[in-house]
Amino acid sequence: MRVLTVKGVRIDDTFAEAFGVRATAVIITADTARWARQAAQAMTGFATSVIGCGCEAGIDSELSPTQTPDGRPGLRVLLFSISTAELQKQLQTRVAQCVLTSPGSACYAGIEGEEALKLGNALRYFGDGWQISKRFGNRHFWRIPVMDGEFVCEATTGLEKKAVGGGNLLIIGRTSKATLTAAEAAAAAIAKVPHVIAPFPGGIVRSGSKIGSKYKGVPASTNDAYCPTLRGVTKTALDADAACVLEIVIDGLTSEAVAAAMRAGIAAIVKLGPRRGAMRISAGNYGGKLGPHHYHLRDLLP
Amino acid sequence: MRPLVLTLRRRPDQRLDLSALVPHLLAGKRAAQIERIALPMTHRQVELAEMFRLRMGDAEYIRIEGACDRLDHVGEAMIGGEIVVDGDVGVQAGRLMTGGRLTLRGDAGPWAASGMKGGVIEILGAADAHLGGPLAGEIAGMRGGVVVVRGRAGERAGDRMRRGTIVIEGAAGAYAGSRMIAGTLIVGHQAGPLPGFLMKRGTIVLGEGASAMSPTFVDCGQHELLAMRLWAGFIEPYSKRAAALLRRPLRRLAGDMAVLGPGEILIGNRN
Repeated sequence: MRVLTVKGVRIDDTFAEAFGVRATAVIITADTARWARQAAQAMTGFATSVIGCGCEAGIDSELSPTQTPDGRPGLRVLLFSISTAELQKQLQTRVAQCVLTSPGSACYAGIEGEEALKLGNALRYFGDGWQISKRFGNRHFWRIPVMDGEFVCEATTGLEKKAVGGGNLLIIGRTSKATLTAAEAAAAAIAKVPHVIAPFPGGIVRSGSKIGSKYKGVPASTNDAYCPTLRGVTKTALDADAACVLEIVIDGLTSEAVAAAMRAGIAAIVKLGPRRGAMRISAGNYGGKLGPHHYHLRDLLP
Repeated sequence: MRPLVLTLRRRPDQRLDLSALVPHLLAGKRAAQIERIALPMTHRQVELAEMFRLRMGDAEYIRIEGACDRLDHVGEAMIGGEIVVDGDVGVQAGRLMTGGRLTLRGDAGPWAASGMKGGVIEILGAADAHLGGPLAGEIAGMRGGVVVVRGRAGERAGDRMRRGTIVIEGAAGAYAGSRMIAGTLIVGHQAGPLPGFLMKRGTIVLGEGASAMSPTFVDCGQHELLAMRLWAGFIEPYSKRAAALLRRPLRRLAGDMAVLGPGEILIGNRN
């Protein structure tokens, strides 16, 4: 494999392999930005990987009162899943348990799509017959009476069928502290890119996985090629001076958004340089045969 | 865009039906064809040229000048484009409209916006009785769209309304929102007696209450409803006064308990 070097940071001439997934978005508002964030964080908790959580979800952007339907502070949340049915189930349960329950919240469609997913149309039954349907033009809302007044929820939100899940960067460093610094810089840069999320804790995952396992029924297991402690005993992908690998996984509503996020992440790592941050950037793929979206790092250099 | 202008030559001696003069029916017609359009009157038919002076233009935008209250069915079943009327109009203006914009720079007769399904009607003057309401025998009244009346409205505004929004910036007559099935009716000033009479669902907002309320509406207290703030944002481009009213604290009365109960009358509180 050829290696490119930009400002002292080695960049593997490889590619990230990503998959087509289903996605949706909602806007959550509340009386204060704090409570909008509280609801959004609850809704996107335990949503790091479709392997175990049913969906991958995160906060896309903060919205000022002028950007939300009801003139209150809000956040846009993205959800990604492998099938429309699973996405519908995750959307419904997460909004029901985490947004409906949060003081003063309201929930609106965050994306337009040719097809719709049920939002208020599924939650309205909580109103036990007291729910009120309201339409204006082509928008439809439900007012569901709750103990602090009413939960206002748009009837549906859009479904994006051509979203991308699994864009990634592998960040390799000489110490765990320097690698984390680089990963944090990349995660912060990616957070500013619209229409994408990095679903893992703080945007960063330390337990990258490979498909399959030696154990029957385990769908994914540790990516031993990138485990520094297994460097001598496995077919390693690491150099002798690598002590830590962190990964950033990126899901986006469009392929362009994922590419933009990876570009922003690489730029942030390169800017930090090999002394304070990471010495090498790579990306995960499965040989290019499983996922239709390939993001070559050499095309995303700053 | 140059409008197609129709100027009324004189006040007709009978009622005159203008339902043929909507943009989609005039589209592609030459001036001579338009002048020969047969317009039904109460007892006879007339050619358009006998009643109107025509100045040709784009039929997507029709202006009717010198109108009077004998011009019925103006903008009826309109599907798009725009009609602006200078003067008053007669019965059923904008009835069964599904799209486009109808602006009446005068008063409208009874059953304006009757059974309307979409589009926007703005009445700068007053609207007579049965605004948006059904004709005898029809199950539902207005089914969509937005109606804004800058002046007052007569009795039974929004009768049997099923969907859509009516804003009356002035006062409303008796039985505003009677037999409402759903939808939103906003009255800026006071409503006459018994608003929401036998309403099943839907929302009536009264800026200054009503001269008499039905005892079958029950007080649910004063609230600042987020849904009404949301509505204020939607309605603001059509009526700033209605938007301001929706942003005030509102007293919620649920009813009409004589029929179903999920309906509501919201009364503005100036304090």
